[in-house]
Amino acid sequence: MSANVNTSLPLEYQTEQNRMNILGFWIFLGAEIVLFATLFSVYGVLYKNYAGGPTHQDIFMIKEVMIQTVLLLTSSFTMGVAIWEMRRNNKKGLIGWFILTLLLGAGFLFMEINEFIHYVHEGATMQTSAFLSSLFVLLGTHGAHVTFGIFWATMVIIQIAKRGLTPVTARKTFIIGLYWHFLDVVWIFIFTFVYLKGMVL
Amino acid sequence: MEVTIVGIKWDEILITGDPIILGSQIAILLTSLGIIGGLTYLKKWKWLWREWITTVDHKRIGIMYIVAAVLMFFRGGMDGLMMKAQTSRPEMSLLDAQHYNEVFTAHGVIMILFMAMPFLIGLMNVVIPLQIGARDVAFPQLNALSFWLFFSGAMLFNIAFVVGGAPDAGWTSYFPLAGKEYSPGIGNNYYAISLQIAGLGTLMTGINFIVTILKMRTKGMTLMRMPMFTWTTLIMSVIIVAAFPIFTVALALMTFDRLYGTHFFTVAAGGSDMLWANLFWLWGHPEVYIVVLPAFGMFSEIFSTFSRKQLYGYKSMVVSIVAIAVLSMVVWVHHFYTMGSGALVNSFFSITTMMIAVPTGVKMFNWLFTMRKGRIKMTTAMLWSLAFVPNFVIGGVTGVMLAMGAADYQYHNTLFLVAHFHYVLIPGVVFAVFAGLYYWWPKMFGFMLNEKLGKWHFWLFVIGFNVTFMPMFFLGLNGAVRRAYTFSAESGFAPLFLLSAIGSVILAAGFAVFCYNIYWSIRYADRNISSDPWDARTLEWATASPVQHYNFAKLPEVKSLDAFWYMKKNNEGLALKDEEIEEIHMPSNSGLPFLMCVAFGIVGFFLIFEWHLLAAISAVLIIAGLIYRSFDYNDGYHIHKDEIKKTEGAWRKMEGKVNNHVS
Amino acid sequence: MEKSTERFPLAHVFGFVLSLVLTFVAAWVALEMNLSFTIVMWIIGSLAIIQAGLQLFMFMHMTEGEDGKVNIINIAFMVFCAVVIVVGSIWVLTSGHAAH
Repeated sequence: MSANVNTSLPLEYQTEQNRMNILGFWIFLGAEIVLFATLFSVYGVLYKNYAGGPTHQDIFMIKEVMIQTVLLLTSSFTMGVAIWEMRRNNKKGLIGWFILTLLLGAGFLFMEINEFIHYVHEGATMQTSAFLSSLFVLLGTHGAHVTFGIFWATMVIIQIAKRGLTPVTARKTFIIGLYWHFLDVVWIFIFTFVYLKGMVL
Repeated sequence: MEVTIVGIKWDEILITGDPIILGSQIAILLTSLGIIGGLTYLKKWKWLWREWITTVDHKRIGIMYIVAAVLMFFRGGMDGLMMKAQTSRPEMSLLDAQHYNEVFTAHGVIMILFMAMPFLIGLMNVVIPLQIGARDVAFPQLNALSFWLFFSGAMLFNIAFVVGGAPDAGWTSYFPLAGKEYSPGIGNNYYAISLQIAGLGTLMTGINFIVTILKMRTKGMTLMRMPMFTWTTLIMSVIIVAAFPIFTVALALMTFDRLYGTHFFTVAAGGSDMLWANLFWLWGHPEVYIVVLPAFGMFSEIFSTFSRKQLYGYKSMVVSIVAIAVLSMVVWVHHFYTMGSGALVNSFFSITTMMIAVPTGVKMFNWLFTMRKGRIKMTTAMLWSLAFVPNFVIGGVTGVMLAMGAADYQYHNTLFLVAHFHYVLIPGVVFAVFAGLYYWWPKMFGFMLNEKLGKWHFWLFVIGFNVTFMPMFFLGLNGAVRRAYTFSAESGFAPLFLLSAIGSVILAAGFAVFCYNIYWSIRYADRNISSDPWDARTLEWATASPVQHYNFAKLPEVKSLDAFWYMKKNNEGLALKDEEIEEIHMPSNSGLPFLMCVAFGIVGFFLIFEWHLLAAISAVLIIAGLIYRSFDYNDGYHIHKDEIKKTEGAWRKMEGKVNNHVS
Repeated sequence: MEKSTERFPLAHVFGFVLSLVLTFVAAWVALEMNLSFTIVMWIIGSLAIIQAGLQLFMFMHMTEGEDGKVNIINIAFMVFCAVVIVVGSIWVLTSGHAAH
């Protein structure tokens, strides 16, 4: 596959296979949009079915949610800077900003796990009511995606450290960058339609 | 009889006390031992591993899909026969209500998800890269993974009835019946988990084919010069990406409700059973278009080839397919008009459902106009396509009857509905895959299926199909309901049920002839045939039969629609000069997809039996597989020029000396 | 799309700051202002869609590359499906007798 290499493009777009992988990942993100939309639709149908148990205002901690939001949003920004460093061929800069991204993501997760523990202590488990089932699964699916992303990114960082910036490692980095940004886009909707909406009900 | 050994209730895992099931368990055990024994005796393990289990070649993967589909067709068909036998006379006691439920559940799941889907995807796999002049799909290893995930899910589903208990809530698995309260065993866990695994494979196929078709078309093949089968595959893949994640979520929520005590669909604590039906059909309706579109594409190829005419109305065909795809996402409520959403909702969906009939009608006329003034060749593939037209139209117009929400209150869940969907699915999909198989068989294997046996297969099957399902329209209008294991003598249904049962025997005879045809052709068919036995129009026929490993020594250049026809008519691009041969880069085989299949199977099995700790531990296997894949930098290998020269020389020299079987 | 030659990714910073602003404005509208539920939802809903679009175009470079057009069509269709799924499900399940 030495044909179709376009060296005027950024490294991750240079080979035909790379361009196909990136396109394939965008299509996968389309599928993820539908997946999260379905989870949102389930939440949208069940969110007021408290079954006599805890409601939104009983359990939500808005200050912590704001912190989580800033952490994730900042991590999306630092991921963008990491890709920008990659395009400047700055391997050290890339890895630095990349690790910062993962730390911020881990911080987000740490807070989310604490949030779930808080809910359970308040007697709000996913078996308590339909509202809580749908809340936990929506938030939990997003959190699982973040977790998976952190592990995946770690492996990519190892490969960059070992092999340097090649078309393949650049492509892998770019793709996980897309994934990471996408998770923040989903969070915007969770923040708005789960947390904020829950507080104004 | 309770059988508890090492703390596991074996009598609950292995079903005991039922002679038919015991017979099946023994048969499965003996067959498995037979396969293992045979492979060992013939010393074919290495061959199996190297040539089939680790292959990433789209042609091989396609054949594996098709083999699996034919075997599943047999099982799904047996389920159908059992249902017809049970309902052939009033108050028969061949199957009690519980077993009948398990049988129609298996029949539906198998026929749609483990027969139709793999059959179509198998043919797509074989044909599409060839039709666009490519050497493989965009992601060959992902393609193999898709097959093995399908295989894993299908195998899990298939052992349910002997290990632990079969699902029994219908292929639609409605709540509250499918919930833990009303189905406390593990049977419906099989449904949730095995379909989830198989569904992941399908989603990957959708992504793979979109990228393949958009990015790997050979030079000169613009979108509007693609064969129609390629177009339908592209659009069908888009629908897969849009619809399958919905099913992923629905099955996951079902799993959570059954295994972890959540309340999505369980009405206690605020869940909604109607929400299941809503989510299921949000996926389920696009699913039927996922199966029918590639089928339409195959018919387009066959009508065109055997009328010796270019497909009529190419542009309107493309517009229709896109319209069908978009509309397919906004009609789903027609599956549950009677659940109570009210007049406004029902009216909206009645209108969209009636609208979706229009683009299909356009396609029908285009096929008919393709044949007009053409030179028709009555091959078996063409016969299937011709029979499709009137039979599918019956299914389609009864669909429009059902589309009217108010009227549907009379037809819903009667045998009228069952007859309708069999009249669209069987002519629409089954006739298509038979036609496609007869058509592309020589390309896949280098010999043809016997045309005379093919005609017996055709007539028995089509007559049997009509005798089976036409009476069901009238039974339904007279009040016979679906999923009922028996009926009374006083109902007056007996004569038509008996007629339908007789039809099913004729149908089975047709299928038996099909199986015999495969056996006879493998044994006796002439191997010395042309690489283009039908004098066809599209690029897949510009290769050897069976196709060379690398598909094309020189990637073709396309100048028009029906690229191969153009090449033949203008004598362009058919010859291969030595200087044009270059080294070809191919992807390496990989055992990882198969290992992932095993890993998913193990995790799935533990989840089904609700052995949560074991499931969590074995999930490590899946993670390990993903990590291995991430660090895998194997970039394939090169086929050298002399090997290509040899292969090309062999099949191109033969062209003057072959027997023309199409007369 | 050329290789980057700027000294700092200003576009990214701009997108980041704007996203933060949109986030805090939404929180303020919902939690501090005393508006009706419907008006609050319309405002914060719109802010969410604006922020999502902003991030898609500025962070994810959705239109980049030779497949930019395909990306747009793909995401547009999936967003269409997402809207159908969410709005459709809520409508179907809260209409008529279906609404318990």
